[in-house]
Amino acid sequence: MALFDLRLQDVHNKLVGKELTVADLVEASYTRIGQTDEAVQAFLTLNEEGARQAASELDKQLQEGGERGLLFGLPAGIKDNIVTEKLLTTCASQFLRNYDPIYDATVVKKLKAAQSVTIGKLNMDEFAMGGSNENSSFSPVRNPWNTEYVPGGSSGGSAASVAAGQVYFSLGSDTGGSIRQPAAYCGVVGLKPTYGLVSRFGLVAFASSLDQIGPITKNVEDSAYVLQAIAGYDNMDSTSANVEIPDYTSALTGDVKGLRIGVPKEYIGEGIDPKVKEAVLAALKVYESLGATWEEVSLPHTEYAVATYYLLASSEASSNLARFDGVRYGVRADNPDNLIDLYHKSRSQGFGSEVKRRIMLGTYALSSGYYDAYYLKAQKVRTLIKQDFDQVFENYDLIIGPTAPTPAFKLGAQVNDPLTMYLNDIVTIPVSLAGVPAISVPCGFADGLPIGLQIIGKAFDERTVLRAAHAYEQHTDFHKQRPQL
Amino acid sequence: MFEANQYETVIGLEVHVELHTKTKIFCGCSTSFGAPPNTHTCPICLGHPGVLPVLNKQAVEYAMKAAMALNCTIADVSKFDRKNYFYPDSPKAYQISQYDQPIGENGWIDIEVNGQTKRIGITRLHLEEDAGKLSHVDGGYASLVDFNRVGTPLVEIVSEPDLRTPEEAKAYLEKLRAIMLYCDVSDVKMEEGSMRCDANVSLRPYGQEKFGIRAELKNMNSFRGVVRGLEYEQMRQADILDGGGVVVQETRRWDESQGKTFSMRGKEEAHDYRYFPDPDLVRMHIDEAWKDRVRSSIPELPDARKARYTSEFGLPSYDADVITASKQLADFFEESLQYTKDAKQVSNWIMGELLGYLNSYNMELKDVKITSQGLGEMIGLLEKGTINGKIAKTVFKDMLVSGKLPQQIVEEQGLVQISDEGAIASIVDEIVSANPQSVADFKAGKDKAIGFLVGQVMKASKGKANPALANKLLLERLNQ
Amino acid sequence: MSITLKDVEHVAKLARLTLTEQEKEQFTGQLNAILKYAEKLNELNTDDVEPTSHVLPVTNVMRDDVVRESVPVETALKNAPDDEDGQFKVPAVLE
Repeated sequence: MALFDLRLQDVHNKLVGKELTVADLVEASYTRIGQTDEAVQAFLTLNEEGARQAASELDKQLQEGGERGLLFGLPAGIKDNIVTEKLLTTCASQFLRNYDPIYDATVVKKLKAAQSVTIGKLNMDEFAMGGSNENSSFSPVRNPWNTEYVPGGSSGGSAASVAAGQVYFSLGSDTGGSIRQPAAYCGVVGLKPTYGLVSRFGLVAFASSLDQIGPITKNVEDSAYVLQAIAGYDNMDSTSANVEIPDYTSALTGDVKGLRIGVPKEYIGEGIDPKVKEAVLAALKVYESLGATWEEVSLPHTEYAVATYYLLASSEASSNLARFDGVRYGVRADNPDNLIDLYHKSRSQGFGSEVKRRIMLGTYALSSGYYDAYYLKAQKVRTLIKQDFDQVFENYDLIIGPTAPTPAFKLGAQVNDPLTMYLNDIVTIPVSLAGVPAISVPCGFADGLPIGLQIIGKAFDERTVLRAAHAYEQHTDFHKQRPQL
Repeated sequence: MFEANQYETVIGLEVHVELHTKTKIFCGCSTSFGAPPNTHTCPICLGHPGVLPVLNKQAVEYAMKAAMALNCTIADVSKFDRKNYFYPDSPKAYQISQYDQPIGENGWIDIEVNGQTKRIGITRLHLEEDAGKLSHVDGGYASLVDFNRVGTPLVEIVSEPDLRTPEEAKAYLEKLRAIMLYCDVSDVKMEEGSMRCDANVSLRPYGQEKFGIRAELKNMNSFRGVVRGLEYEQMRQADILDGGGVVVQETRRWDESQGKTFSMRGKEEAHDYRYFPDPDLVRMHIDEAWKDRVRSSIPELPDARKARYTSEFGLPSYDADVITASKQLADFFEESLQYTKDAKQVSNWIMGELLGYLNSYNMELKDVKITSQGLGEMIGLLEKGTINGKIAKTVFKDMLVSGKLPQQIVEEQGLVQISDEGAIASIVDEIVSANPQSVADFKAGKDKAIGFLVGQVMKASKGKANPALANKLLLERLNQ
Repeated sequence: MSITLKDVEHVAKLARLTLTEQEKEQFTGQLNAILKYAEKLNELNTDDVEPTSHVLPVTNVMRDDVVRESVPVETALKNAPDDEDGQFKVPAVLE
């Protein structure tokens, strides 16, 4: 069994029992990266020196005994839109290719407190805009299950690195599905927490009202541990929820008897690949067998979600990305004629096509005369979409459906058609708009490519989401499959 | 000078006031003035990727306080919006401001010009963040940016177009300044930029209801600059209208040294700020309890004080005006009255000796050491005849620099007035015998000579003789 | 509503982007397709619907007015493409 397939508690015991050192874990990580990353392209920056230094300190601490952090010694990959002090943070953009941060994101501080080891920074769609990782301005990430295929996005590097066994876990960010969809495509577990549960301080903003950081792991148990380490109120984030953080791992009882599951007909209807639908229905059978019940429900505004999302997210992005002006950091274009030219050249050279497209869309949607028609309208429809969820959750504990309408597609298949690409997010976007938590767990394969099951819960009810995901995982083997690399 | 006989000037002012919180509005960096460039910055106010704003409660409460003092209605729900524009002094390329739900709306203040009271409407007061500072180098080919000031909380106070003359504009600004000082929310120094003023100016023929086309004036950095800028602009616009021309709606920059306004047309693009609610911040719900708590922290304001000073203390309106223009001065005045009952005397000393001294050295009350107790007790000594007016002036000057109480100064320097008839009589004898010519002049009917002789008595007593007594004894002696 | 090449040029200017002729054309087409798709939202009557800017019912998040340490000027300038005398340097603002 590969080192990173050990359960967290087993790793811990081996460390304490001196069968293993943190240095071993870190070296295993870099060895695996060395073997596989030419094919996968998951990493943008490696933190070899820092990680080895941290490992030796943790090993020393192990010798001395005493309290150990929740994620002690575990090799972690961090999506490159999460700011790490003195470790390049590029957002996979040419504009930030030299950006050397002067502070740590709150989640990075929390990981340090939990004593995981940062292995490096993970590739992504530029500024988290995309669903295939082809928008990385450095190199597209490949799906470890078939390197001809995309890993999904935007947290493609985060999902691929876990699937490829390069790290024990990773952090991704999810705005409209950017954790869940790549997790589904890569056959790993991706959790998008409730908006506000995990601090956004230090997450380079794409769409502030939607962005959330979450864990990508091989299994649900690890997801619960990582969530435990990163969740919690942060007084540096005004949108952080001041709620008590429950014990997530204790929720993993395997018992789902009596759970009421709603299955939106819109999530298994038109546009959903039959193999995906089949896998989801099979998963529901597993729940039935475990004593849960499910019924078809409706989220009637689902068809409006993608349009709503692209207006809101692009509008916010157009403003969030305005700070990349070449004055204080980032790459300034050479020889500008004047200040205006400096802005134009730096931004035009620094941003890729998809980023420009969304800035253009958002700028247009906010420009004078259009605010009411687009941004305000979208915020109102967002209310209706959220109400859909509220109504279903009056009678059901969870909502279950697929994570993506199809398995991963081939590189280059959709690059020229942004709208089709956007429609890949049809079942993740409504969840983001409603702000509720959802997890993607492996639930099957189609032509050798993984399929993800999306389990959606009430706001701040991550415990039920994790419990259901874990119970399912206990009765299936999909999460134990590993790609051949 | 502009002859205001044909056109009526319509002026509306947009005033920015920096709130003197300890920290910036959205991060914990200090707002103190005059630090070396970029030493009061952090990832948040530098607009680094990933940072988030957290609102300074004190800034909100200062803004509420200011809005209440300007008689605004305070919003029940208020929020922040992003004003998007690129400029090197704006690190996020948007300013966090308030668009459609400002903290305060529909207020007013009364101003007094030429003895007439006039009510000026306040459209709104909103809270926002200040920008950084640019300076020009390389012969104007490059600029340097200092972000110390960025994020300093500002309130923008927008008046209705109710002002009709530059004098009214000045009176409005002075009143605004006094109110801000009373509320203790800002230093309000135009010269240091903690109070800044833009003006919308237009002209219309008398009797016309519709406003003329307006120009927006910027860069008037002093009260005098505002008056001069407005005077220039109404003259410029009148010239255009007289010549049958049309005023261009534009932004114009006041150049203090040239005494002119210049068009900024073409130098700034048509703005489209793309306001939208800042998703990084949450709404403010301002309930009655919060409003009441802030309201209770507002002291008595200048208008109310002025009214009380005339009715309660019988001060002339002019005195009350001068003293209430500054809260420190008014507080000083009232505190002094704990030590003497003679309000008019206190007022005289404040308006004469104290303000004279402060103005001639360009100082403020806090820069001198005199205490209200000192002034009050000094007036008491005068009343009792312990000291005379001349000694009082010496004592007062001493108190300004030493802060000592008058009794101590008097004792240390032996400044007690001599009211002993015998002692003064002997000096009178000396002076009479030493100045036979003046005595002869007096006897020859030159009354003026008595003044000289009293002066000599005062001088010989080192100013300590009771002047009335000296006069009386001298006359008795000469008429013997 | 249909977005024209001229609109695209105007928006690009607002966003401080210089687009190639090809990009302009491409974006005109793509933005039109996206905005046409967004017109779907007009099927819904939202007259009486409150906008959602935040899913969390959180209000009045504020901090006390307490000074936190600033970063050293070297740190502030660490990523600056150009700096001079402790300040960020840019080509002149047009006057």
